[in-house]
Amino acid sequence: MALDKNSTSYTLTFSVVMVVVVGAALAFTALALKDRQDANAADKKMMDILSAIGVDATRENAGELFGQYVKSRIALDIQGQAVAEENGALDLRNAADPFNIDVMKDYRASIKTVAKEKAGDVAGLKQSLASEDLRFPLYICEKDGAQIAVVPVVGSGLWGPIWGYVALASDFQTIYGTQFDHKSETPGLGAEIKESFFTDKFKVGKKINLASPTLFEVVKGGAPTTEYSVDGITGGTITSKGVGEMMNRTLGIYATYFQSQLSTQASR
Amino acid sequence: MSTQTAEVVEKTREPLFSKKNRKLITDPLGDSNPITVQVLGICSALAITVQLQQAVIMSASVLFVLMGGNVVVSLLRNMIPDRIRIIVQLVIVASLVIIVDQILKAYQPDISEKLSVFVGLIITNCILMGRIEAFALGNKPGPTVMDAIGNGLGYAWILLAVAVVRELLGSGAISLPGMGQVKLLPASWFTLEGGFYENNNLMILPPMALVLVGMIIWIQRSRNKALIEEN
Repeated sequence: MALDKNSTSYTLTFSVVMVVVVGAALAFTALALKDRQDANAADKKMMDILSAIGVDATRENAGELFGQYVKSRIALDIQGQAVAEENGALDLRNAADPFNIDVMKDYRASIKTVAKEKAGDVAGLKQSLASEDLRFPLYICEKDGAQIAVVPVVGSGLWGPIWGYVALASDFQTIYGTQFDHKSETPGLGAEIKESFFTDKFKVGKKINLASPTLFEVVKGGAPTTEYSVDGITGGTITSKGVGEMMNRTLGIYATYFQSQLSTQASR
Repeated sequence: MSTQTAEVVEKTREPLFSKKNRKLITDPLGDSNPITVQVLGICSALAITVQLQQAVIMSASVLFVLMGGNVVVSLLRNMIPDRIRIIVQLVIVASLVIIVDQILKAYQPDISEKLSVFVGLIITNCILMGRIEAFALGNKPGPTVMDAIGNGLGYAWILLAVAVVRELLGSGAISLPGMGQVKLLPASWFTLEGGFYENNNLMILPPMALVLVGMIIWIQRSRNKALIEEN
């Protein structure tokens, strides 16, 4: 009996078989490659963190150098209280490990809209997000005998997300180094935030002001800067503002923790 | 009568590298190039030609999806129900693209990051659906593979040519997958370091890719007047 290719039953059977075959093939590929992809993402994250403390790592030696420099990984809640700490080897499957907190996902899901409403108002932001179970990772590193704290920051540029890491020296105020990246900022303009000429501007004794609600500022190109601000990128105003906004907002959440650490240090 | 039958027999036993089949490969490289003559798949050609290594990986991905999709559709051409053939083609192409994307993420993470959405956008690349609908659906796998290779390479050489010019003039460098970017000029030549040379930043921006593709089209049409449309 010849099959009628135009019959509804043939069409239906064909689609069902096709979906099953394609689905199986895709599921197999995804599962087979997942471990490698996760490892790649983790390597990239380690490279970024190391780059913020001025250590150049490649994909090959990122894991080793990360273990060498990063002494502990701490998770803070929105009020700036430490809720978890890990010192041992990394475990990518352990969701409780602060390294595995997906700050980008948290930002997109809950922080982004609130941050827009409460522009610059960190106290208000903390209040609105208090009910959500957000955790913020902090990496305590040691380089040349000095302690460096690395804070991941995430925000919005002109065309898409921007992110980076801010490294603070042992006084939790002096900026030790920064590392920024972006998804789709304009090449030659906003995209320049990842270049060293911009990130180097943070290294020359710039500080975050733990006492003020505006901890740090990226000012319009050419405007006078203080020790709590840097010069933005000409032609990349919105991206530069985004860098300032994300640093301000995120470090505002960590400020409580930094201050409590400083007071315990002082009382010792 | 007898000669006619002989002809039919000969046609079914046509060798794989017959003149007609060879043309399937050579035509898309020149006079029926998918980018410069048919002006298909142009958005990816504009977007990912800032660096040569991205263009290489993108070309390889398109070639792979084009060959895979065409062969699968060609093998199934007598089984695919007419009413849902576009959906079937789309599903086949989409799954191949997802597989390519996953493989790139696992084995070429840095380039995959730079290509970002453009690997996924291969699905909407008109070269793919165009070749499947126009050729694979009515031909045997042998000629279909030739056609796919021809069109894939036709796409690739334009991409590579544009990418070489853009990277060379825009960044003063050349990059290949697995090798990274190699700066061809000493750093002391650049004005930033007190030298005399400045990269052409315009080359990095997408409009320059359009201008370069336009120049290739111009050269091609002035050499072969038959390609110029009349209106």
